[in-house]
Amino acid sequence: MLVVEKNALSEEIESYVNKYGEDRSALLMILHEIQNKHRHISEFAQQEVARLLNIHPVEVYSVISFFAFLNSNPKGRNLVRVCQTISCDIHGKAVVVHAIERELGIKVGETTKDNKFTLEYANCLGLCDMGPAMAINDQVFTKLTPEKAVELLSKVK
Amino acid sequence: MELTKQNRTGAVIFSDYKRGDAIKKIIKMSREDILFELKESKLKGRGGAGFPTSTKWMLTAASKSDGKFLVCNADEGEPGTFKDRVLLIEYPELVFDGMVVGGYTIGAEHGILYLRGEYEYLLKSLQDYLVRMREDNLLGDNILGKPGFNFDVSIFLGSGAYVCGEETALIESLEGHRGEPRNRPPYPISTGYLGKPTSVNNVETLCAVAHIVLKGGAWFSKVGTDKSTGSKLFSVSGDCAKPGVYELPWGTKVSELLELVGAEDTKAVQIGGASGVCIPKSQFNRTFAYEDVATGGSIMIFNESRNMLHVLKNFMEFFVDESCGQCTPCRIGNVKLLEGVEMIENGTYTFAHINKLKDLGKTMQVASKCGLGQSSPNPFISILENFNDEIFNSSIGGKHGK
Repeated sequence: MLVVEKNALSEEIESYVNKYGEDRSALLMILHEIQNKHRHISEFAQQEVARLLNIHPVEVYSVISFFAFLNSNPKGRNLVRVCQTISCDIHGKAVVVHAIERELGIKVGETTKDNKFTLEYANCLGLCDMGPAMAINDQVFTKLTPEKAVELLSKVK
Repeated sequence: MELTKQNRTGAVIFSDYKRGDAIKKIIKMSREDILFELKESKLKGRGGAGFPTSTKWMLTAASKSDGKFLVCNADEGEPGTFKDRVLLIEYPELVFDGMVVGGYTIGAEHGILYLRGEYEYLLKSLQDYLVRMREDNLLGDNILGKPGFNFDVSIFLGSGAYVCGEETALIESLEGHRGEPRNRPPYPISTGYLGKPTSVNNVETLCAVAHIVLKGGAWFSKVGTDKSTGSKLFSVSGDCAKPGVYELPWGTKVSELLELVGAEDTKAVQIGGASGVCIPKSQFNRTFAYEDVATGGSIMIFNESRNMLHVLKNFMEFFVDESCGQCTPCRIGNVKLLEGVEMIENGTYTFAHINKLKDLGKTMQVASKCGLGQSSPNPFISILENFNDEIFNSSIGGKHGK
């Protein structure tokens, strides 16, 4: 990481701390902002957050490792999460996932070579009446068929 | 997905209500009046545990502190539950008015809506809604001109952890820690968010409160049964013609609900989500009520073509994924139960081992720290008992014929 990049990231994190406060209770909101912007929370970012909130970096890491939506390793530019819970499962989750896997040429849990997509399973997205469902980043799509799912992915930049 | 309002009808939650009605009513009421109406309504928490709301608020109101919090728990992670999504999209007026009523009753000036990370797409519309409430002085300082009635709501976004629906885990994550449940006591009503008295209420509970203060506790308790008053929102999914959210009075029979949603050829109904119980055909005459089958509202319907062992495996995989790992019965127990299910699947089980696992499940029910581990053996025990023949005694179809 270049020094200028580090400085930019430090400034960015400082702005989040100014926005949400220095209290520990601001930690998740700050991590959420970093995650949204950079799609992961790097070790350097973790150290900066810890320094500014006056806690140990391990505390920050322990929170990141707990939550499914926070990660310390980079993922693809777009995160595709297919609901794997039973209501979506019995309505054809498997064929949808297989179609996506074939189309992207990756398995669940992997990232495409061009870094465009990461494919994951998610636990219940709360769309059980309209399954199968998946989320692409923070947008959700329902009543998927293999064809529809692949078409949706082709529209993603 | 479109965020549009549908025409819904129901006895309580989906009955007529205009934004701010409850707040206009309570500025003329004292705290005691509100608590009295709630007591008369016999409203119980709608998240699933069923703790009386009036008692929770009375205790929080009685706690002495320089700051209190009201948290609306919109972290609905239970598989098969989506009523809060519908309420937040279509009835935000009920949710937020209910929060204001709660804040007034317990003496809190800060309300926090804990929105699950999966519902991030609702965040913008909810924040816009809060801005409009502030413009009309339904939130903020001296609400509707009543001196000293200050209350505002902020929205906190969760990060994808099922266990954070448990109130102490939710508070831990609000404070910026791992979402691991705390030992209780002390309960949040005395030592909650930042050590201050905190009342954590389900979205649906707060919606019911808005109606109760407006129309009276007696009006509410006329609906439902004697011990389970009012109505309940059911999130219906699975094998039926019309899945969706239904408002039905407590005391409705399982078979009545199945008919209403157009479920045919039904073999099993999972009530209460993954952590609930699975009942076979012979029990469809049971009623939804705290005294019979209590539920947070998740109804998953399975027809004759479904493999119940596959359903069970899906649930156990869910719990292995979502166990927070803090206490041993839950962390290890769920893995062992899943291994047991896989053994049955592969045909490498012994009955001695399966019976041991059932005992282990009962141990988890008493030894786990929070509701997750206490209820995760429910599907294991109920599916293996109620669908014993299908799973172990199949004369056709090999290992697990249907």
